[in-house]
Order: sequence, then C-alpha cells, then structure tokens
Amino acid sequence: MKLSSLWSKMYLILIFILLYAPIAVMVVFSFNSGNSTAVFSGFSLRWYESLFKDRAILNALYNTIILAVLSAIISTVLGTAAAVGISYLAKWQRKIVESVTNIPMMNPDIVTGVSLLLLYVFVGKNLLGNSAVLGFWTVLISHITFNLPYVILSVQPALRGCDTHLSEAARDLGCTPVGAFFRVVLPAISTGILTGFIMAFTLSIDDFVITYFTSGNAFETLPMKIYNMTKMKVKPDINALSTLMVVTILLLLVLINIFEARSNKKQRR
Amino acid sequence: MNNKKSLGAKLVGAPYYLWAAIFTVVPICIVMYYSFTDSNGNFTINNLGQIGAYMDTFILSICLGAVATAICLVIAYPMAFIISQMPASKQRIVLILVMLPMWINLLLRTYSLMNILEDEGIINNILSFLNLPAIHLINTKTAVVIGMVYNFLPYMILPIYTVMSRIETPVLEASKDLGSNWFQTFLRVVFPLSIPGIMSGITMVFVPSVSTFYISQKLGGTMELIGDTIDRQFNRNNDFNSGAALSFILMIMIFICMAVMNKFSDDGEETIVV
Repeated sequence: MKLSSLWSKMYLILIFILLYAPIAVMVVFSFNSGNSTAVFSGFSLRWYESLFKDRAILNALYNTIILAVLSAIISTVLGTAAAVGISYLAKWQRKIVESVTNIPMMNPDIVTGVSLLLLYVFVGKNLLGNSAVLGFWTVLISHITFNLPYVILSVQPALRGCDTHLSEAARDLGCTPVGAFFRVVLPAISTGILTGFIMAFTLSIDDFVITYFTSGNAFETLPMKIYNMTKMKVKPDINALSTLMVVTILLLLVLINIFEARSNKKQRR
Repeated sequence: MNNKKSLGAKLVGAPYYLWAAIFTVVPICIVMYYSFTDSNGNFTINNLGQIGAYMDTFILSICLGAVATAICLVIAYPMAFIISQMPASKQRIVLILVMLPMWINLLLRTYSLMNILEDEGIINNILSFLNLPAIHLINTKTAVVIGMVYNFLPYMILPIYTVMSRIETPVLEASKDLGSNWFQTFLRVVFPLSIPGIMSGITMVFVPSVSTFYISQKLGGTMELIGDTIDRQFNRNNDFNSGAALSFILMIMIFICMAVMNKFSDDGEETIVV
C-alpha cells in the first residue's frame, strides 16, 4: 500500500510537471531581455513596458471585458428566466427545449461560429441589404448564444432543489406570484445563478473560435489580438501578456476560494 | 388562477425560446441552405459532391483526434482514480491545479508549446546541452497530437474523477468482503461504474480535437485538418458554400459519434442499475 501511494504521488507530480511546463516557460521568458522565446539571455521588464505602450492590446482588453460583462448579464437574465419557464413545461415540450439547448454545447465551436456567421451574412445580404454587418453586435449575440446553455444548466439544479411549498406559503401569506418569485425563489436559487454568471463571464473572455468567425475585422477581443500576434513569429511581449493573465486568473481563483470557504462556514452556522 | 399562472409561467421562458429558435435552430438551417446552393443561390449538390476531395483531411482529423483522445484516456484514468482516493481537503487543491491550465487561453498554451517543441526550441536546447542529438518535433503529426493532449487533458480527467468520487467506500469494501482482490474490484466495480465518465471525457476531448484549427496551424506546419479547411474556405477563399458543406458534414459526423457514445453510456448505466 505504501509503495503504491508513492507511485501514485510520483505519477501525479509527473503529470503536473507536464501540464505546467509550458505555463512556466511562458512566465520565465516574459522576463527575457533578448528577443528569443527559447534562449534566456537575462532579466528585464522591457516586454511588459512594450505591452503597456501597445494601445491595440489595451483596446482589445477593454473590448473583451465589456463584451464579457454584457453577454454574461444578458445571458444570466435570459437563462434564469428560461430555466424557470422550462420547469413549468410539459414533459414533451421540455424535451424539445432541452435538446435545442444542448446544440451549442454539443456542436464543435467552429460549427457554431460558422452557422452564426452564415446567419448574419444571410440576414445582412437579403434583409438589410448590407453585407458589412459583422462587428460588436454580432459578437455579442454570438456570446450570449453560447453562454445561455451553461447558465440554464447551472440554474436548473438549484431550481429543482428549491422547495415549491415555500413559494406557495408566500402566496398564502399574501404575496403576488411575481412577488413570491422575487422574494422566495430567487434568493433560494441565487447560488446557481451566480455560478451561471461566472461561467458565462469566463467562457466569453476565453472564447476565440466563435469570435473569430463572427467579428469580421471590425471588432478585436484579446484572444483575437493574441491570434493576430501569433500569426507571425513574434517577440516575447505575448509572454508578458500571458503572464499577466495567469496572475489575474490565480488571484481570481484564490478570491473565489476564500469567498466559497466563507460562505460554507456561514452555512454551517 | 391556475390557468393564469401557467400562462404567465410559460411567458417567462418565451424570450429564450425565441432566442434559441433564431440563433440556434435557424443558423443550422442556413448552413444546410448554403450547403445545397451555389454562390448565386441555385440548388446544387456539388458542394457536398466535392467532399470526396477532402476525404483525406477528414480521415487525418479523425485519426489524430482519436489518437489524442486515447492518449488522454490512458493518462487521465489513473490520475482521476488517484485523485478520487485522496483525502477530501487535498482533492480540492489538486482539482484546482487540474483546472487552472484550462483557464489560460488555448492560443497562449499552444503558442508556448510551440516554443518548447521547435527545432531551436527548449527541448532541443536541453538536448544539445546534454550533448544528445536533436529531435525534430514541430510540424509533425506527433506535435499536433501532443498539442491536443496537452490542451484537452483536463476535459478527460474531470468527468472521470466526478463519477469515481461518487463511488462510495462501502461499495468497494463489500466487493473486498465478497472475496475480490484489488484487481477484481477494479475490473468489476470501479471500471463499470466509471463508464459514463469515460464516455463524456471521450466526447469532451474528441470534439475539440477533431475540429481544431489553431493547434494544427501552430504545431502542424502546412498540415491541414478539417478545421483548417473550413477556416480557409471562409476566411481566405470566401467560398461560403463549400465551407458550409464541410461544416455540415463535420456536424453530422460528430452528432453520430455522440449518439453512439450516448448509447454506450446508457448501456453502462443500465448495467449499474441491474
């Protein structure tokens, strides 16, 4: 038993080394004073400097955040309402809605991207008489579309765990159905809604493929900018960008964990 | 009263039903429309007919995707098992470590991998430092498979871990009490119970692997996978009709794979119930 636990520890460590090697390389070479992404010639912060001078990158970062916030808010509202609505449907209706909801999750991103692109081009050409429709709005619609299933799937379990007698009790005590929903059901499913929101936000920030197909050249998010930067053999400034993103993600994860640990403690009390 | 409520309740979901119809169902119909028309909008089956010319690309994508999925499964299965056997407090930390790379954009991970695998990259620098002969990895199928495995491994570990962590210790103890050794317990109890996780892991790795285009562009050189062909038709050749036809076939192919997978995992669940 001892031996096998030693082996399993070694196995875990080996896999983690492999998983983290490229990330470590990224971080180390972001501080490289030379131009190379493979030979380390000395410590410097020059790539961070050039990063913060690059207006296009800052602009892309701004676009990404605006897009993530808007698409997460809209998809959370629509998705939560959808999850509530779906719970009232008859079984066969629910089956149809749920199969359609699964489509964006089952389809490869490239197919979702292509199908939305064709929709925009088709509508632009045949209904609006304008072929240059791609841009912020088409990207926003696309992001909401691929976020929605994840929001619905996060809210549904919370809704199922919610006691229906509670909202009945609220109405017996004089609440309107709408009032009962906002005062009783909504607080009860808030964790599911929050999970859905965070998921939508991160999916939106991370998406490249669908944005790539639906943005035209008119609107650039950070992943799009990275794609354009890595088209050529580039300087290590992209490593500086990656490092900053890794650090941000780490901080966020730590914060979320502290937050969760706290709310767990509260619940136990 | 009841009728009113159900009408109101139905309206709550209506905006989403409308959204899903316009932005999920209609686009798929439009993909079909483009697949079956030429650039003037006349009916044709030429787009689908010329798929034969891309057969090799389809086969290459499926093969590389399948190899990457198999490697992920082999690596992830023991990993998921080991994690599920750890004390709960440690499990949480290890899981965060598994998920963290997923939060870093795929483009960045792949780009970094490229710097490692290049002819004058880090692996070869280390090899030459040790006076070993250099190995050529970049722009090979091996490099593309490494890229897929590296990027999608967490998608295999997590679902398998999830089903394994639900297997309760009394079940394993019962199996031991009934005279099974460790290997028999694994083969007859743990493995059958983990099949649904394996199936969702396989789809979660196979689908993005088959349809990728960035990984093959960065690590495969001039190699073209089906995703690259679709990208080329849309973004360079402006041949939307042929691109739509390729996407349509890719979609059908993946739906068939999923249906087969679902069938298998359903069977798995049934045997558990029995």
